[in-house]
Amino acid sequence: MTRLRQVVVTLAFILGVALWPRPSHALLTIEITQGAETGIPIAVVPFGWDAKKAALPHDVAAVVDADLARSGRFLTVARKDFLATPHHDRDVTFKDWRLLKAEALVIGNIAPAANGKVEVQFRLYDVFREKQLTGYSYTVEPAALRRLAHQIADVIYEKLTGEPGAFNTRIAYVTKETPRNGAGVYKLQVADSDGFNAQTVVQTTEPLLSPAWSPDGRRLAYVSFEDKRSKVYLQNLADGKRELIAEHRGINSAPAFSPDGKRLALTLSREGNPEIFVLDIATRALRRLTHNPAIDTEPAWSPDGRHLIFTSDRAGKPQIYRMSAEGGDAERLTFEGDYNARASYSPDGKMLTLVTRQEGLYHIATLRLDTRALQVLTDTSLDESPSFAPNGRLIIYATEVRGRGLLASVSADGRVRQLYRLAEGDVREPAWSPYNR
Amino acid sequence: MKKIGLLVVALSVLTIVGCAGTAKTEKPAVEDMSTGAETRPATDKGATEAQALAARQAELLAKTRVHFAFDSSTIDDEARAIIEAHASYLAANPGTRLTLEGHCDERGTREYNLALGERRAQAVEKLMRVLGVDGKRITTVSFGEEKPVDSEHNESAWRQNRRAEILYKK
Repeated sequence: MTRLRQVVVTLAFILGVALWPRPSHALLTIEITQGAETGIPIAVVPFGWDAKKAALPHDVAAVVDADLARSGRFLTVARKDFLATPHHDRDVTFKDWRLLKAEALVIGNIAPAANGKVEVQFRLYDVFREKQLTGYSYTVEPAALRRLAHQIADVIYEKLTGEPGAFNTRIAYVTKETPRNGAGVYKLQVADSDGFNAQTVVQTTEPLLSPAWSPDGRRLAYVSFEDKRSKVYLQNLADGKRELIAEHRGINSAPAFSPDGKRLALTLSREGNPEIFVLDIATRALRRLTHNPAIDTEPAWSPDGRHLIFTSDRAGKPQIYRMSAEGGDAERLTFEGDYNARASYSPDGKMLTLVTRQEGLYHIATLRLDTRALQVLTDTSLDESPSFAPNGRLIIYATEVRGRGLLASVSADGRVRQLYRLAEGDVREPAWSPYNR
Repeated sequence: MKKIGLLVVALSVLTIVGCAGTAKTEKPAVEDMSTGAETRPATDKGATEAQALAARQAELLAKTRVHFAFDSSTIDDEARAIIEAHASYLAANPGTRLTLEGHCDERGTREYNLALGERRAQAVEKLMRVLGVDGKRITTVSFGEEKPVDSEHNESAWRQNRRAEILYKK
């Protein structure tokens, strides 16, 4: 541990804030609450393992199977029904899989390689055409097998649906645990897209909100109340090192990275009223973009970096507006309903996801930018903080079920739904990472 | 004109209240005075009115929360009376400083609520300044929807949570 790190850690403890990526025992479990009516029937055979003496380092096939099943786009065949368990191309008998009505088949094998690494190969077949669709070989550390399993699931997903997968991604979120007789504990955590490998990024007894990913997936910006008021921090995920990036008078909140990762849009009320600013991270130069006595907040960048959308109540009620990333006039984008807020772009820039109020209830919706058509995707009542997965297929958001804060996801077409449950406490403020690089 | 007269009476009464209170904490001694006012027999009409007014002022001063309508930072009559009582107390106790916290109910987005909470705290601050309190004595902070007083998810909890808190600094 370097001296600097020691200082950072000591300071953090004094302040009652724990920084550092630390494993968390709080597991986020995912259940599908609504699947697509039809999915591609697929069989994922447990991978072979060539070192007979040692145990298989990781059940890669089980992770792939769970990813595909959870997506709602596949119907996975149960292992107990398999008539054979081939690991190599020569062992595949397509008839065995036609009988089970599997249209696609995945087989694989893991073998020890040099320097303690393992070599993983897998093949994807079209059962009816009796043809291999794709196949890859990877050499990785055993500890990286779970992540590799998500990469394999992404390859299969893309080959069969024609769209990129987003299994090899992460989600950031905030948990709140309230012990019976004690102060609440807030944790900003990052987990794999399937809820595994949860790591605590920061822990404090004051509220945390609005985590935002840097485009390279290495840093998070967020709002912490640890000094009894809102301030914006920027933290490295690898070493836990962080910087205080905004502590002006008033509100410091709603950070959003520009697509080039060099700037942060944020909301500051240092001049008395909440306005959108853009901060150059390297030079700390600050530029004010809105000049309006209304509330202007929740900025989000267009994927091409040319526009910012934001929430403003300049027309009386909160609605979504769009302006040039250089500032200037803002165009109102939402007209349906008297409350539209917290919008962000789909990765292709064609759509927004936002919170909309309909008959007093708060739902997640999408807004097509070409037709301006608003589609409400959820029927729960206190939904907020929507963000797109980097493949644009799913939207993750926070909701409330029987008084508990939970995360949920819905496919952009509204057909597939999942709930992310924490064993104890509330979970909120989800943000889907960009693709892992 | 009538209002100013009332304020002057309130002020003088409150000065007494302020002196009666423990100087150490600089917090208004509220409960003793109001019960005292109620139990004391009325001797003449003016004294009774002054006592009733003092009781009313003490009662208002005991309230450190003002509430707001949904998605609003407008000060209603009830909130105004409470804020006026505190402004009078502040006028009578020049050393006192305070923090105004703005809060929201859980509905709507957290970031928008953070801005709305600030607006609520500023609305109280603005009225206090109009009533003569030096802005330098006031700090405002917004917690948005992050610190509810009632964590239930219903109309009654939401009504309690949409608030500004008037907190004297020790």
